[in-house]
Amino acid sequence: MEVTLRILRYDPDRDEAPHWETYKVGVDPMDRVLDLLIKVKAEQDGSLSFRRSCAHGICGSDAMLINGRNRLACRIRVDQLGKKISVAPLPGLPVVKDMIVDMNGFFGKYRSVKPYLINDQPEPERERRQSQVDRARYDDTTKCILCAACTSSCPSFWARPEYVGPAAIVQAHRFIFDSRDEGADERLEILADENGVWRCRTIFNCVDACPRGINITRAILEVSSAIVGRRG
Amino acid sequence: MDYPFDAIVVGAGGAGLWAALELAREGVNTAVLTKLYPTRSHTGTAQGGVCAALGNLEEDHWEWHMFDTVKGGDYLVDQDAAEILAREAIETVIELEHMGLPFNRTADGKIDQRRFGGHTSNYGEGPVRRACFAADRTGHMILQTLYQQCIKHGVKFFDEFQVVDLLFEGGEPEHGGRAAGVVAQRLADGQLHTFRAKAVLLSTGGFGRMFRITSNAHSLTGDGVALCYRHGIPLQDMEFFQFHPTGIVGIGILLSEAARGEGGTLLNDKGERFMEKYAPKLMELAPRDMVSRAMYQEIRAGRGIGGKDYVYLDVRHLGRKVIEEKLPDITDFARIYQGVEPLTEPVPVQPTAHYAMGGIPTNVHSEVVRDDKGTVVPGLFAAGECACVSVHGANRLGTNSLVDLLVFGRRAGRQMARYAGQVERPRPIADAVEPVRAELEAIRGRAAGGESVSLIRKELQDVMMDNVGVYRDDKLLTAALAKVKELKGRYQKVAITDCGSVFNTELLEAQELGYLLDIAHVTVSSALARTESRGAHSREDYPERDDKKWLKHTLAYKGKDGPNLRYKQVSITRFEPKPRTY
Repeated sequence: MEVTLRILRYDPDRDEAPHWETYKVGVDPMDRVLDLLIKVKAEQDGSLSFRRSCAHGICGSDAMLINGRNRLACRIRVDQLGKKISVAPLPGLPVVKDMIVDMNGFFGKYRSVKPYLINDQPEPERERRQSQVDRARYDDTTKCILCAACTSSCPSFWARPEYVGPAAIVQAHRFIFDSRDEGADERLEILADENGVWRCRTIFNCVDACPRGINITRAILEVSSAIVGRRG
Repeated sequence: MDYPFDAIVVGAGGAGLWAALELAREGVNTAVLTKLYPTRSHTGTAQGGVCAALGNLEEDHWEWHMFDTVKGGDYLVDQDAAEILAREAIETVIELEHMGLPFNRTADGKIDQRRFGGHTSNYGEGPVRRACFAADRTGHMILQTLYQQCIKHGVKFFDEFQVVDLLFEGGEPEHGGRAAGVVAQRLADGQLHTFRAKAVLLSTGGFGRMFRITSNAHSLTGDGVALCYRHGIPLQDMEFFQFHPTGIVGIGILLSEAARGEGGTLLNDKGERFMEKYAPKLMELAPRDMVSRAMYQEIRAGRGIGGKDYVYLDVRHLGRKVIEEKLPDITDFARIYQGVEPLTEPVPVQPTAHYAMGGIPTNVHSEVVRDDKGTVVPGLFAAGECACVSVHGANRLGTNSLVDLLVFGRRAGRQMARYAGQVERPRPIADAVEPVRAELEAIRGRAAGGESVSLIRKELQDVMMDNVGVYRDDKLLTAALAKVKELKGRYQKVAITDCGSVFNTELLEAQELGYLLDIAHVTVSSALARTESRGAHSREDYPERDDKKWLKHTLAYKGKDGPNLRYKQVSITRFEPKPRTY
């Protein structure tokens, strides 16, 4: 079958502003949007630029706005989208070229929540013990691949780019609720800031955008509750 | 710009990150360069587990792990290295847990362990629970955990910097030169920079993208491996490339061996568990090379599903709880990429190009060696899939890729720190970037209408898949060699349309194709010369293993018209070669 693929193009060496280009592409219904982009690059315009690596939803390189929703291009098929497909870079992040956005701010926010185990106790000779229940407590948020689909889908983030954003809160959650970690207070203080969890308006865009199926809004609410709980 | 450092790590997968962490802990001024963001590295896609003889669920010993590794590698494994692998697997896994890795847990809170292909108790008696895991995203959790620790320790990252050349001081490696740094291109603006350092680690991963059907990321183009080769460093055992039995049909995405480790079965068109015939003791948990060959045999005999080129992986009998708790990701892959529901339907699978056993030769300190005597290239290190130490020999066992990159990444970092403390930093090299600049300008300067990157790449992937796959013979390999040479000739005229400087991914892909062509050339030449069948290298015209002639490693040096092949001894310490049955 043939699909009409509209791509929001931008090359800072050539263009003053982003503009739409349209491509006709012959595809199989089981092809993914990433396959289409690769095809256009190979056959129609070699300058089309996008990030991609693993091509099966684990590396998080190819999040973009596909038919109006943030998706990984390697995880969404043509038959889920129909014959007219539009592709644009993630909203709310500075566009560098075509689908490539500047991720530095995003990773800076990730780093700001101390996304690593904090535990100053002497290490035992063998593994620390953790019950299956305690392990399950933070399982959902260990799935995050830092693709930025959630943060860049969030209207609160669009309105206030200083907002730390859902992805960073998910990463903080992964440690705050890990029974082996002792850094919850430090992280909760960071997230209690005016650009922290209170910016969440429970719009649930992040949950829709997450390619890993993480219940992000619930994670954010659990972190908010923990902040309130400590103050109480 | 010229950046002076004491250590440079190229590639930010598991091996590179652990090395960087060791260097940071030792206070060595270190930079990590990656053409991706660190969390995009391919270590993250490893699914099933990481083996270590913890014995948390049943008796296990590192000696058994070592034996399995040697036998699994069809005795081409260097046994001094395999001993280190099996011993240090235990402490590295424990250290990962201390770093916060969220392993699945046993009822008493220990690290949970599952069965995996080729891993046995008591020197081959039966499957053993040795693979430590975090659901079926073990690699993802390893990558995340190591990156987290690097952030904690303030490691300096240069994200989206593509290393395009290696620098040496005092001559090229063959003349005794030492590593002096790298040239890298910043993808965001196309500028070339030199990074000077005393110690350079290559941890650039594999090169499965030379095959049409592969589990490997698009970025796995063997950059560090090819750069070594171009600087006169030999490549070792490149004829051994693993085809993983259970790839998604047509696109090669991996369905982890963990599915079989948890009890999944392989079925042919008649619904038979055909592995009974090929490996009666281990069945579906036989090593990957044997399972892939068995699948081909079934398909050739007309017992592929509906007579086609695939068989079924069946996990239905495992039940919803096991599938959802222990195999969630691969279940999801089957749903998304094949439209198959593993809870109720068998999943079509076929072998997919997965892992390079060969690579840059190193010793057990992860130092690059350049001949059969083990002469070290001072200051140059390699670890992970790009390296060949050799713990995988002719065929790698499941999970041992992770064990390899953890153990030898850690060793690389420690040895680099020691080395950096002993030598002076290399002096700036005049015009270090000029050879690369000229090469890139040549590609960019060619008028449109030259040879196409994507077309040459496709032809390369086709011939490698069809002629240099699970089964090989003289005719197939000779034809492949001619084709690769033809493609290398055409590559000299390759042209691109994007002349910009910002994220010129077309230029990057052209460079990567050049690396793949060199690596394919070495792979085919090495395979053609090895007239025996061993591990993943299966010659239909020479179906037997020939220890008398071929119990030796291949070393391929860049020559004028192609690789020159030499050989080196295998280290045998504990286990004399025996026939390999399961």
